[in-house]
Amino acid sequence: MKLILQIWRQAGKTAKGGFEKHELKELDPNMSVPEMLDFLNEKLIKAGKDPVAFESDCREGICGQCGFVINGHIHSPEKSATTCQTHLRSFKDGEELFLEPFRAAAFPIKKDLCIDRTALDRIIGQGGFIGVNTGQAPEANSILIAHDTAEAAFDAAACIGCGACVAVCKNASAALFTGAKISHLALLPQGKLEAKKRVQKMVAQMDKEGFGSCTLTGACEKVCPQGISIAHIVTMNREYWKS
Amino acid sequence: MFYDTVKGGDFRSREANVYRMAECSLPLIDQAVAQGVPFAREYSGYLSNRSFGGVQVSRTFYARGQTGQQLLQGAYQSLIRQSVDGNVTLYTRHEMMDLILLDGKAKGIVARNLDTGDIEIKEADAVVLATGGYGKIYYLSTLAMNCNASAIWRAHKRGAYFAAPSWTQFHPTSLPQLGDYQSKLTLMSESLRNDGRIWVPKKQGDQRPPHQIPEEERDYYLERKYPSFGNLAPRDISSRAAKEQIDNGHGVGPMQNAVYLDFADAIRRESKSAIAKKYGNLFDMYKKITGMDAYEQPMLISPAAHFSMGGLWVDYELMSNVKGLFVLGEANFADHGANRLGANSLLQACVDGYFISPHTIMNFLAGEVPEMSIPDEVKSSYLKQNKSRLDKLQSIQGNTTAEGFHRKLGIILYGKCGLIREKETLVEARSEILTLQQAFYQDLTVPPGQNLNFELEKAARVEDYMELALLIVEDALQREESCGAHFRKEHQTPDGEAKRDDENFQYVSVWESLGENQHKLHKEALNFEYIKLSERSYK
Ligand SMILES: Cc1cc2nc3c(=O)[nH]c(=O)nc-3n(C[C@H](O)[C@H](O)[C@H](O)COP(=O)(O)OP(=O)(O)OC[C@H]3O[C@@H](n4cnc5c(N)ncnc54)[C@H](O)[C@@H]3O)c2cc1C
Ligand code: FES
Repeated sequence: MKLILQIWRQAGKTAKGGFEKHELKELDPNMSVPEMLDFLNEKLIKAGKDPVAFESDCREGICGQCGFVINGHIHSPEKSATTCQTHLRSFKDGEELFLEPFRAAAFPIKKDLCIDRTALDRIIGQGGFIGVNTGQAPEANSILIAHDTAEAAFDAAACIGCGACVAVCKNASAALFTGAKISHLALLPQGKLEAKKRVQKMVAQMDKEGFGSCTLTGACEKVCPQGISIAHIVTMNREYWKS
Repeated sequence: MFYDTVKGGDFRSREANVYRMAECSLPLIDQAVAQGVPFAREYSGYLSNRSFGGVQVSRTFYARGQTGQQLLQGAYQSLIRQSVDGNVTLYTRHEMMDLILLDGKAKGIVARNLDTGDIEIKEADAVVLATGGYGKIYYLSTLAMNCNASAIWRAHKRGAYFAAPSWTQFHPTSLPQLGDYQSKLTLMSESLRNDGRIWVPKKQGDQRPPHQIPEEERDYYLERKYPSFGNLAPRDISSRAAKEQIDNGHGVGPMQNAVYLDFADAIRRESKSAIAKKYGNLFDMYKKITGMDAYEQPMLISPAAHFSMGGLWVDYELMSNVKGLFVLGEANFADHGANRLGANSLLQACVDGYFISPHTIMNFLAGEVPEMSIPDEVKSSYLKQNKSRLDKLQSIQGNTTAEGFHRKLGIILYGKCGLIREKETLVEARSEILTLQQAFYQDLTVPPGQNLNFELEKAARVEDYMELALLIVEDALQREESCGAHFRKEHQTPDGEAKRDDENFQYVSVWESLGENQHKLHKEALNFEYIKLSERSYK
């Protein structure tokens, strides 16, 4: 199949960027989007041109590295899919695709489609953990956890940290990311003791990084590749007021 | 678990290490639960478990199909906590390029900042490598794109011994390759084998869609060959059995390179919703990748390079023969023998990191004088060597990308040093890799620029892979027996199973680098005090 690509090229964080056009023929509909870029890069390198910088690692939707915007869709036009889980069969033969990085003030562009998501790590650093040192743990079955609670905690813990929720949000808010972590840990008995301090510090860090406020629009849960629900934002807000 | 692991590894692991890992397994679950890892729970609130390949009892704790990712999150969150507390300084996006030795001891590393391209020296009193496996050397593998052998290979070239390099596990439940452009293979969790039944059409080249093939024309070959373990036979055996079926013309799917994993019986027995509850996310993932619905038709699966049992040699304290160099997790060799059992690798990586190395490293440091620093001339010589290595790669200016060379290397290795090996083809592989290595230095092309340059990273990794591939082939040639994942065609039992030679090969092959593709073999004898060696049977 054939596709026309308009790819965002930007040399560095402060450089001016713009779209660059490439036409690709002989594509296979079963190729994933990163594989399509591999194919393009192979051509660019051989022609002595600068390959498109993009990131990917697991290429199976679990590491959160890949994400970019395709024709205005965060990650993918497919539901609950990362960019690496998107295959060319999702597009029409001859279609024109605009590829651009996730855009948010807290995610500076490093080069082309690569962004810096370390702001999310700094939010985790303010309490996105249970403060247990190695070797202190009690016997795991001494903390009984109801089946449904464990499942609900898992639903929240499934976040892969890709930043899609931020990229789609009109306020560039990280509320879904932060809410999911707060909710995961607050649901579990072993995470409850630190819940108050955790929510205050994590929310403060979110603001400090320049993420916007949440207005509960719900666009984030629509694009989340893990299908994480905005109910976790409500949990975060409840935990916040409780604290 | 101790016995299962030693047997699963075909009696080629170190008994004492396995015993220690088994003893540490429960405290590890305790540790992970305390960190908030949401393991599955029964309705009573107790931890739930299930069984995995090579094991007949349910004793694996799990978090849906994402156990590894959840354990990683638990560890990552704890690490971030320590870094915020000031106990750890993180240098993310730095790649180790070289190991610095001073008087034969590991005293630091050379690392490249992947964003800026700066090459930096980090000094240390001990160096710990936990850099993972190198199954990606086969190009198509289940591993993430950035997995590499460079850290351990560079340490090896500085003197660290490499043990059992050719023992790579091929996972039986990967998705098959669907085209030449493909960059990696996706793994379907092995837990699917608990409920899925594996089969191929009895007739060679049968192209009918699966539902048109009646029951009596299907060969449930694992159930037939291994009645007591059936679809849960260990990975090496299941993978080899699949390859046999595919090679004999029974393969299915668009490239006829797969076998079926069928859930129809399980759905009939337990209902679609029960199966969806157990494996829903895996079925969704399958659909995303292949566009096919596994509730309606059987999954296509195929063996793929997955895990390196081999790695840097370490002693019981996890220190390599280079004093002060510790190697943890998949990067070392000790616990899995010639075949790893499901769930044991996360276990081993976590146990090494949480419970063993904190004690053994302290023990080592207690005997060291900390203030010694690396002299400037040593530093600048290391920096110069590593810079000129990258310059050299960029100066070739040929016409084949690093990816292109890697793909070719993968084809040689899969074909001639993969699931089934034999002297004749191994010798061919050796000369093909040497030719490819020469071509690499004549025809490689890497875009200019030293800052953010993924192609430069790849080129350096592929350069290391070429050298490691030669050692892998050497190791496979030297071991004139079959054991676990290392199956030499010349050494099989009358019914086609791996035939060990305990008299002559009850040791680990440990290789010392002599430079320029030259190696010297050392042998570590394996002594079993508690376990009696037997022919590994899963019938
Ligand atoms: C798809 C898949 C599914 C799996 N499922 C299971 C399972 O269900 N159960 C199980 O037990 N095991 C499973 N495994 C195996 C298991 O995940 C790995 O063996 C385990 O993660 C290895 O852990 P590690 O910490 O040793 O290495 P890794 O997790 O591989 O970590 C290595 C780290 O080192 C970094 N690194 C590499 N080279 C360098 C360098 N030169 N400089 C700096 N950093 C470097 C890497 O970026 C990475 O962060 C699975 C593996 C795969 C690929
Ligand atoms: S590359 Fe890991 S999620 Fe896409």
